[in-house]
Parts: sequence; C-alpha cells; structure tokens
Amino acid sequence: MLAADLLVAQNVGFYLIAAVMVVGALRVVTSNNVVHAALWLVVVLAGAAAQYVLLAAEFVAITQVMVYIGAVMVLFLFGTMLTRARIGAETDLNNKNWILGVPVAVLMLATMVIALNDGFGNERLPLDAAPVNTRTVSDQIFGDYLLPFWALSFVLLAAVIGAIVLARKD
Amino acid sequence: MLLNQFLILGAVLFCIGVYGVIARRNAVLVLMSIELILNSVNINLLAFSLRNGSPDGHTFALYVIAVAAAEVGVGLAMVLLMYRNRRSIALDDLAEMKG
Amino acid sequence: MFAASSEAGSAVLSSGFFLEHAWAIPIIPAVAFALIIFFGKKMPMKGSEFGIASMLGSLVFAAGAGYQWIQRVNGAGEESYVAPIVKTWTWWQSGGVEFGIGQHIDGLSLAVLCVVAFISSLVQIYSVEYLRGDRRYTHFFASLTLFSAGMMNMVVAENMIQLILGWEIMGLCSFMLIGHWWEEAANSRAALKAFFTTRTGDMGLLAGTSILFFAANDWTQKTLGVSGFSIRGLSAWALSGDPSHMAIVWGAAALFIAAIGKSGQFPLHTWLPDAMAGPTPVSSLLHSSTMVVAGVFLVARLYPVFFTGMDILHGSANFIVIIGGITIVIAAALAFVQTDIKKVLAYSTVSQLGYMMMGLGAGAWLPAVFHIFTHAFFKACLFLGAGSISHSASHHSFEMKKDMGGLRKFMPVTFTTWVVSTLALCGVFPFSGFFSKDEIIDNVGHNGYTLFMYIGLGGAFLTAAYMTRATYLTFFGEPRGAAAGEHHDEHGDAHAPHDSHDDHGHDAHGHDDHASHDTHAAHDDHHGDAHHGPHESPALITVPLIILATLAIGSGFLNAAPFGEKWENFKKWVEPRVEVISPTGLAQVVGGAGEVRVASDESTDTTVAGEEASATSDGHGEEATASGDGHGEEATTEGGHSAHESPCGSETPKDGICVAPMIHHAPFKWSKALMSMIIVFLGMLISWTLCVQLYEKKNKSLVGLTERNPLLGKGYRFLVNKYYLDALYENVIVRGIAHPIAAAAYWVNQNVLDGIVNGAGTVTKKVSGWVYRNVDQRVVDGAVNGSGNAATGLGGFLRPVQSGKVNQYGALLFGTAAIGALVLVIINT
Repeated sequence: MLAADLLVAQNVGFYLIAAVMVVGALRVVTSNNVVHAALWLVVVLAGAAAQYVLLAAEFVAITQVMVYIGAVMVLFLFGTMLTRARIGAETDLNNKNWILGVPVAVLMLATMVIALNDGFGNERLPLDAAPVNTRTVSDQIFGDYLLPFWALSFVLLAAVIGAIVLARKD
Repeated sequence: MLLNQFLILGAVLFCIGVYGVIARRNAVLVLMSIELILNSVNINLLAFSLRNGSPDGHTFALYVIAVAAAEVGVGLAMVLLMYRNRRSIALDDLAEMKG
Repeated sequence: MFAASSEAGSAVLSSGFFLEHAWAIPIIPAVAFALIIFFGKKMPMKGSEFGIASMLGSLVFAAGAGYQWIQRVNGAGEESYVAPIVKTWTWWQSGGVEFGIGQHIDGLSLAVLCVVAFISSLVQIYSVEYLRGDRRYTHFFASLTLFSAGMMNMVVAENMIQLILGWEIMGLCSFMLIGHWWEEAANSRAALKAFFTTRTGDMGLLAGTSILFFAANDWTQKTLGVSGFSIRGLSAWALSGDPSHMAIVWGAAALFIAAIGKSGQFPLHTWLPDAMAGPTPVSSLLHSSTMVVAGVFLVARLYPVFFTGMDILHGSANFIVIIGGITIVIAAALAFVQTDIKKVLAYSTVSQLGYMMMGLGAGAWLPAVFHIFTHAFFKACLFLGAGSISHSASHHSFEMKKDMGGLRKFMPVTFTTWVVSTLALCGVFPFSGFFSKDEIIDNVGHNGYTLFMYIGLGGAFLTAAYMTRATYLTFFGEPRGAAAGEHHDEHGDAHAPHDSHDDHGHDAHGHDDHASHDTHAAHDDHHGDAHHGPHESPALITVPLIILATLAIGSGFLNAAPFGEKWENFKKWVEPRVEVISPTGLAQVVGGAGEVRVASDESTDTTVAGEEASATSDGHGEEATASGDGHGEEATTEGGHSAHESPCGSETPKDGICVAPMIHHAPFKWSKALMSMIIVFLGMLISWTLCVQLYEKKNKSLVGLTERNPLLGKGYRFLVNKYYLDALYENVIVRGIAHPIAAAAYWVNQNVLDGIVNGAGTVTKKVSGWVYRNVDQRVVDGAVNGSGNAATGLGGFLRPVQSGKVNQYGALLFGTAAIGALVLVIINT
C-alpha cells in the first residue's frame, strides 16, 4: 500500500512535471520573444531537474540546476542582450520554411514512439534499485571513466580559449 | 513507473528540439533548441541507468552537462562574432553556402 | 542448169540459180531499205543510190528467174504440168502448227515480179528528178524501197502468212507515201482514209485465211504434208472435193473482201482517188500498176478457192463478177466530172481493176493476168506523164481546166507517150490494151456472162470517151493559167459550164487517132512570161516515159492471140496447166525444210519415186500422172486443138490432185475485134466533138446545160459528190461508231484516269500534312523539347536544396534520418 501510494504519487508527480516541461518546450520553440523563450527554457530545465530526482539521480539534478540554469541560461541571456535582441515581441523569429519542421518532427516522434513501445512495452522501473550516491558517481568518474574526464577538461579549456578568441574585439 | 514514460518524454523533448532547430531563425534560439535536445538525451541516460541499476548513466549525464556548457559558450561566442560582422543573427542571411 | 534425168518415162524440168534463189528478190530491197534509213542522209545522192541499185538488182534477178522459168516451161511437154519451185523454212512453231516462210515461184509470180521490179526501177529513177530538193527525200526513197520489198515478198509468198506480211507492209508504205507531204492536212487525211479503208478489207484477209486454214489443214497435212496456210495446199484442197460448201464459200468471200479493199472495187473504192494526194511517182507505182493489183493477184493466186467457192463458170453471175462489173461502170462515170488529171487517171485505174476482177470472176484467168501485165505499163506511163506536166508545165498543178491546155506544142515527148498510152488503155489495135482488155471482154462473153460482156463493152466506150476529154483539156485548145505562163494561186472557180449529161456524162474532148501526132514540134522554153513557161521535162523524166510507152506498144505482142498460138507465149509461160497430178508432183521443193512423205504416191516410176527433195537444189519435178487419168490440157484459142478435158474444176479428181481448174479460151474472131474497135472509135469521136463544141466553140446549147436542166443538174451533182458514198462512210458509219467511243474514252481519261492521278496527289498531300502536324510537330519535336524541359524542370526543382541555409540543411538531415529510422523500425518489427 505504501508502495502503491508511492507509485501513485510518483506517477502524478511525473505527469505534472512532464506536462509542464512539454508546454515549456513548446513555448521555447514557438515564442515570439527571445527572452521569453529563454525563460521558458529555464522552466524546462527545472522540470528536467525534477525528473532527475524522480529518477533517483539527485546529484545530477543539483548539477543540472547549478550548471544549466545557473550558468548556461545566464550565458544565453548575456548573448541575447549582446546581440541586441529586441525587448518585447518580434515578428520574424521563424524562418521561411518553418513548416517543414513539423512533419520532420512528427515523423521522428512517431518513429521513436513506435520503436519504444515495441522495444520496451510495459517494462517497469525497479523499485528497489541500489541508490546511486555521489560517492559512487565520483568513484566512476575518477575511476572507470577517468580518460573521458580528462578529455572533458580539455574540451572545457578549448571552449574557454575559443570563446575568448572568438569574442574578443580586435 | 514505466520506463517508457521517461523515454517517451525524452522523445517528445527531442522532437520539439528538432523542430526548433529547423524552424527558428534566430541563432540564439537555435542554440536553445539544441539544449532541449541535450536535455532529452540526459533523461534517457538516467532512465536507463535506473533501469539497469548502474551509475554509468549518471556519469554520462554529468559529462553531457559539461559539454553542453562548453558548447553554449563557444556557440554564443560565434553568434557574437556573427552579430559583429553582419549586424544580424538571422540564419537566413547566412547563406554563403548556397549552390 | 539441167537436172540429171533420173529414170525413163518422166521428164525432169530444168531449174536454175535464179529460180531457186528467188526468195532473195524481196530481200535485196529490204536490205536497201535498212541502208537508206541508216546511211541515206550521208550519201551523195541522199540514199536514192541504194534504192535504184536494189531495184535494178531485183530486176536482174527477176529477169534471170523469168528466163530460167521460160526454159523450164519450154522443156516441159506441151500440156504437162510445170511444177512451181518451192522453198520453205520454218519460221516458228506453235501449237502443232508450223509457220513457214519461203518462195513459191511459178509463171504468175514471175510475171508480176518482173512488172514490179521494172516499174519500181523506172519510178525511182524518175523520182530523182521529180522530188529533187524535197524536204524528206531520203525517207521517200526508203518508203518506196520498202514498198517494193513488201510487194515482192507478197508475190513470192509460199503461204498465206507470208502473203499477209507483204500485204501489210504494202499498206504501211502506202500510208507513208500518200502522206509524204503531211504538213498539209488534206494529205494526211487522204493517207488515213486509204489506210483505214484498206484495213476494213484486211479484216476479210485475216478471217478468210483462218477459215481456210481450219477447213483445209487436215486434208493438206494428210494428202500433201503441208499446212493449211500453204498456197499450193489450198489450191489443191479447193479442187479436191473435200471442202465443205460453207467453209469455202465464206473463206472465198472473206478473201475477196480484202481484194475489194486493196484493189479499190466498189464499195471500198473511195480511197483511191484521194490517194492522189501523194507525189506522182507514188501514184504511178503504187496506185496504178502494183499495189492495187495485189487484190487481183490474190484472187489469181488462190484461183481454185474462188473458183470453187464462188461457183465461177457455173452460173450466170457471181459475187466477183458483179462487183467487177459495177466498179467498171461507176468509176468510168466519175471520171467524166473530174478536173484534176490525176483523179481522172485514178478513176480509170479503178475501172480497169474492175475489168480484171470481172475477168477473174467470169473465168477469164489468163486475160485478166495479162491485163495486169499490160495495164501496169501504160497506166504508169500515163501517171508519169501527168507528173511530167506538173513538173515542167503547170507549176505543180494538176488542174486541167485551170492550168493546162495546148501543151502538145511545148511537151512533145510527154504528149506522144501520153497518146500512145491512152490508145493502149482504150484498147486500140495494135497497142497492148487491145490484146488484154478485149480478150477479157471476149472470154467473159464466151463463158456465158453475156450481160457482163456488154458492161465491158460499155466500159470500153466510156474509157475512150473520158480519156479523150482528158487529153483534149490537157494538150489541145488554148493554154490556160500556168500553162500560159501565169503564176496564180487557187482561185474560186465558178462551175465551168458542162455539157449534156446523159448516162455517160462526159465533158470529153475527142482527139483524133493515133496517126497525127507531131513528135517534133519545136518546144519553146519561154512562152509569154519572163519566167519559164511550159517546157519539156528533163531526161530523167522523159526517158522512163519513153521506155514505158514502148512497152505499152510492144508488150501486147507477148500474147497476141489474133496471130495464132505461136504468139501466145504469155499464156504458155504463165497459165497453170490443168491436169490431175500426183501429190508428189505438186511442186519442186528445193532445200528448205522439205516435206513429209505423203500418204499416196501414184507415181509409176520404179526408181527414186516421188521423194520430196532434201538438200539438193536439183529436185525432180515430176509430172508423173496418176494412173487411170488422162492428161489435162487446156484448149488453146486457135488451130482447133482438141481439148483434152481434165476433170479439174468440175468433178473431184480421183487418184490425184488438181491445182488449177479447167478453163476454155474463147477462139479469136476478127469480127468481134472489129466490133469492139468500132465502139472505141465511136467513143473517141463523140467525145472529141463534144469537147470541141463545148470548150472551143462554146456552143450555146451545151454550155451551162447541167445548170439549166434540173435532171441533168441533179445527176451532175450526184456524180460530183461521188454518189454520196464518202458522206455515207464518213458521216454516218465512221462518225456513228467513232464518236461515242471517242466521247467515252475522253470521259474515262478526264474522270477516271485524271481522277486517280489527282486523287493520289490530294491523298498524299493530306497524309503528309497530317504526318507533319501530328508526328513531326507533336511527337518528334515534343520529345526533343520535352527532354529539354524535363532537364530544366528537374534542375529548377532540385536547386532549392542547395540554398545555403543551415536550418534547411538541418531539416533535411533530420528528415532523412527520421525516414531511415522508420525504415529500420519497420524492417525490424
């Protein structure tokens, strides 16, 4: 019973957050205002973090909030500002052939849904999975996946240098 | 919870992101759509990680987040450069590869 | 050459080179014809040298053959059958019938051959002068030579097919020669009329030949081994009693129709006067002495056929003698109303041909053939004389009333020869016509055709009368027109007043007898005008005249029956001996294809009996008589020879064949001769008187008589319109047949033939238009243009893919990936 309630609560929570995410994603791609789109993206990202929690990935959720929402979105807003995005509604944010995207997206969605239904059917997530805590994650990072970690740090370094080089004024 | 819930959610976000890449004219908005895609991938990773009971998914999700951050940084730098040279960041005007 | 005598009891007859090679006589002028055609224009004398040389060559040949024939006859017995010399080659075979070509030489053929060759030679020599400078000089000589070749071929013909060949060649040459100056429409009309009229008769020739062939072939093959075309076969068959009455009557009638056409008998005589449109040498050769006697020759040649078919000597009238009699009278009547001298002579020719036919029809075979012989000489002389007058005196005009008159002073030689020939024509003793024409009349009466004898006597009267008129108008009186030295064109002449017209309508002028010609009047060259007036003709013209006139006098003595049998040489040489002979003795066959051995051989000889000769030229002519029959012999005229009666002609010969019917000759009596002479002199006198009265003294009661007297006027017009026969033939018969046919042919041509042609053109145009519009413009061009458009369209269609827009590339990428994924999913589920 408790498990069932837990399940019910998780499901409800999931669907609510999922709905918000989807709406927010849709508003990102259909909004007329760049800043509004950025803010809707914040909603989506937050929702994603909540989903991570539901998926028992608390560390990733926190990281998502801090990095994505805290750093990336601020970067987006800086970029919007620096490129003189108009404050307020703009009319021409969709390009000429935007209608082409619809069938592509729908097709892709259909494909993936069919494949997923076919592949995973009614598989349930296990309820008694061993929790993955930070210690485990860091053991993984600095243990099994050390090389990717170093590669990643190079990527970050290159990104920083690159960003500086690209964006500096000469 | 069904595994499929998360996967389908991820698929939906992915497709919306694809739509956004195709349909949006503003370069920044295109980058935002790409973020959507990356996030959907993360959901996927974590869902499978939970299903399989291994922490690999978590690790990779963290790497994805890091890469996404780097990519946004560089991307926006390019957008800035584009803005400086052309005074507009509409991707429609960026058609030198025409033909 | 004398053949070796082979056995006792049968005399062999001599033969000779010319006799056995007489088939070459027509070939010489045929070769000359080819030479004239190919080389004539380049020769110095323009081809006439070939013609004259060939004629003289043929003459020599014919004379040689004649001489050898005379030897042959003399070497035979008095009344024995003299076999003709026969040679045949097979020309072609078809359906079991052999068509041969060769020679059949006997007295008749040689007599006519000599005449043809002789007169052809003289006429060709004459033509050198007469046609000097003519526009088609070479072709004239070519046609003349070809004509001689054709006639000689007909005369030597061994069978009917060869005879028809020669006959047709003659018809063709007659057409070419009459129409020699075809630029004048009247001449070509006359040529066509001559050709078509004789053609009408020629249908009879073909029909008759066919009828006789089919009736006779069986008998001739069985008995004689020759085909039903061969002349000796037909002659023997006709007298054998084998022929069915219908076959031989119709065959003889058909052949006689051909003779009517060719020899100008009534009713097909209308072409002969019009044929005078040709040059005078043509008239004198073809239309007086040689071609027109071809019909008479045909009847004489196949005489047994006509004898049996027309029942000659059995009855008082038959088809031939009636036609001959009618012809004599109507032609003589027409000669009185002619003003053209050649037309007078033409009608005279028709009339004399009537005499020959009447003689043949009444059983007077030899007199008729002799008349062919003598008539040729004096008629040719008369025509050549007319030509001489036109050439030298009347400026090429033949109109007696307009352009002649008083010419005896200027043209003495022509005058003399003309008078001599006229006397011969009238039958005055001792000229040649007396011996031939009077014999005809005599024998006609003797054989029981009394009415026709009177017709003949009447004809003699008329002949004398119209010839006197013609002579008066030409040579006596005052010179008129061109003879007076005037040059004038034709001018409308009011009807010269004509004298009384009784049943012998004549404007004749009499002329006195033969005694008083002045043969040496000075002939003035110029009389009156600065240009030459009438004068005598040059030697090339007068010499033939003199030669012919001499013969007109002398040829009669070849058969001078009044003087006894020894004088009747022509009869001895030409007349076929009547006796029953064996089939093997029918002819002396020399070389050639030879003949099949016959079924019945009645020869009594023991050696070499009755074989037909193979290759050797010395055949054995046998007259071994059939056993049991007596010798046939014809009765002679004088000296009271006992007539050896031969059954030939009156009953079927047993044990043998006959080739000639038995004919008796009338014995000559001076009383009969005197009577006919009186009639002739009467004609001349009356005519002379009337002429003098009418033309010189212009006697008022005679001048204009036919205009005052309506009956005489009608009669005159009837004669001038030639009995309206021409109108009947041309307007009624010909037009009635030809006009609808011509109209139908024109309709077919315009509507059917032209319709087809035009239709083909229209269809082609439409089809090609359709093809152009639909196939070329739409399909072909469409394909070409379409491929270009497709390429452009495709390029235009694919160009937007390369827009350079990142979004679009992204869209494409994702779209393709989605589709690929879908495919994968579908495959894997």
